[in-house]
Amino acid sequence: MIIAERKPIEEILSIIGDVDSVLIAGCATCVADCMAGGEREVGILASALRIAAAQRGKQLEVLEVTVERQCEREFIEKAREKVDRVTLVLSTACGVGVQAMAERFPNKPICPGVNTKFLGLREAEGVWSERCAACGDCTLHLTGGICPVARCSKSLLNGPCGGSKGGKCEVSEDVDCGWHLIVERLTALGQLDRLEVNIPPKNWAASRDGGPRKVVKKEYRDEERE
Amino acid sequence: MKSGSNLEKVLAAGHFAVTAELGPPMGCNMEPVRKKIELLRGTADAYNVTDCQTAVVRMSSIATSILLVREGLEPVMQMTCRDRNRIAIQSDILGAAGHGIHNCLCIAGDHQSFGAAGKLKGHPGAKNVYDVDSIQLVGILKQLRDDSRQQGGDALDGPVPLFIGAAWTPLGDPIQIRTTRLAKKIRAGADFIQTQAVYDIEQFAEAMRKARDKGLHERAAILAGIIVPKSAAMLTYMNKSVPGVIVPQHLIDRMQAAADRRAEGIRIATELIEQVRRIEGVRGVHIQAIEWEAAVRDVVGGAGLLPRPVV
Repeated sequence: MIIAERKPIEEILSIIGDVDSVLIAGCATCVADCMAGGEREVGILASALRIAAAQRGKQLEVLEVTVERQCEREFIEKAREKVDRVTLVLSTACGVGVQAMAERFPNKPICPGVNTKFLGLREAEGVWSERCAACGDCTLHLTGGICPVARCSKSLLNGPCGGSKGGKCEVSEDVDCGWHLIVERLTALGQLDRLEVNIPPKNWAASRDGGPRKVVKKEYRDEERE
Repeated sequence: MKSGSNLEKVLAAGHFAVTAELGPPMGCNMEPVRKKIELLRGTADAYNVTDCQTAVVRMSSIATSILLVREGLEPVMQMTCRDRNRIAIQSDILGAAGHGIHNCLCIAGDHQSFGAAGKLKGHPGAKNVYDVDSIQLVGILKQLRDDSRQQGGDALDGPVPLFIGAAWTPLGDPIQIRTTRLAKKIRAGADFIQTQAVYDIEQFAEAMRKARDKGLHERAAILAGIIVPKSAAMLTYMNKSVPGVIVPQHLIDRMQAAADRRAEGIRIATELIEQVRRIEGVRGVHIQAIEWEAAVRDVVGGAGLLPRPVV
């Protein structure tokens, strides 16, 4: 799941500036699950903006809409009527949703209301942590199902650096050493010998380093199907 | 000879090698480097030049190493994976070798959030690189040297004479992987190994036994790390906060009770050298007298390792 966190209210107020009307556009998928930008959070943010405007003696019309998936064009279309009525749209979807809205409504300012953080897992109520760096070349089978790219602060591929202590990363005592977890897991699986293989330099071209990525499934493309 | 470096020759001749560390300045003034050079001259076979240690910006390891070459000291240029991708690393290595730098220590580098353990600001907001890890870096250097070939496969116009080093934290967590990590570094092509500081001789001897069981001591020259202690507080800090460093309580007590703590620190370092020297497979020492270069001559001399051999 894509994990996001609402921007601080001061930053949001600064982003929307002096507009007289705003649509807060939520998304009912990932950002709803991580309680950053679903229908409930849209409502809370709308109230906060109304209160802030009232405190400053300003007129601000705040509309609300939450679509099923802001990253899909057909769902976005359902927001069109409200988008047309406002000066600015504040999207509480992830960065994909914001950009999908911007593509769909080219003449309307579409602004982010959340910070898109990472691909993560809900660990406990109110706690999410990063699990995947979307590097495009998954090697989880080599490391006991624990990703060294996402979970080692240095993305090391051949084992832990010399900086971990007591199972924690040198970056912070709040961060588990990803390699410590891998070693523990492979030990439990009786597969520690897997770490004896030297992993060559990674091909980061499959990652963001290769430029913006695209996946095309030809079998679903009419014009490319034989 | 792989590189023809003095360190390689000293080890090949069977001498007990000595390397010492030189930290570049936080500025562009060469005078502090020259002063350290004079304090260290003749005390070791080669001198490690650190690469923005603790992720704090300092004069580059390459530029400082070039000054050492000019002044007649042999550098071990340290190269971290933190700040450069494989293109920049190889480019820098070629330039360094062209300037007569033939020893390189491959390390991951402290994470940029480190900032001298909070003592300095550093650059915690920096974008790190870690394109390759230290083991992959060792392999890249070996390929430059043995195959005259870049990591990507393109040919060089000739081999790059390099004596390749790597670090080992034998007592680091998770400890069950540390011998494997050492083996991987040596398999990738490490010629010499410098260890994290050794204070607990018994535990280090046990780690060396595990390394010997795999024959690793015969495939790479292992130099035991010696950090010259200045105070009991420093030993306590290292024991508590520096990963992989275990300081026995009796050493802390001894420093605490000493009338002249600096003299005691030099004595402890000297004794540690004598003790690690007796462990089979230890072929030298790497001395770090952090911002106390004046201590190195006394430590090395006290251990009976002066003058350094001419090979």
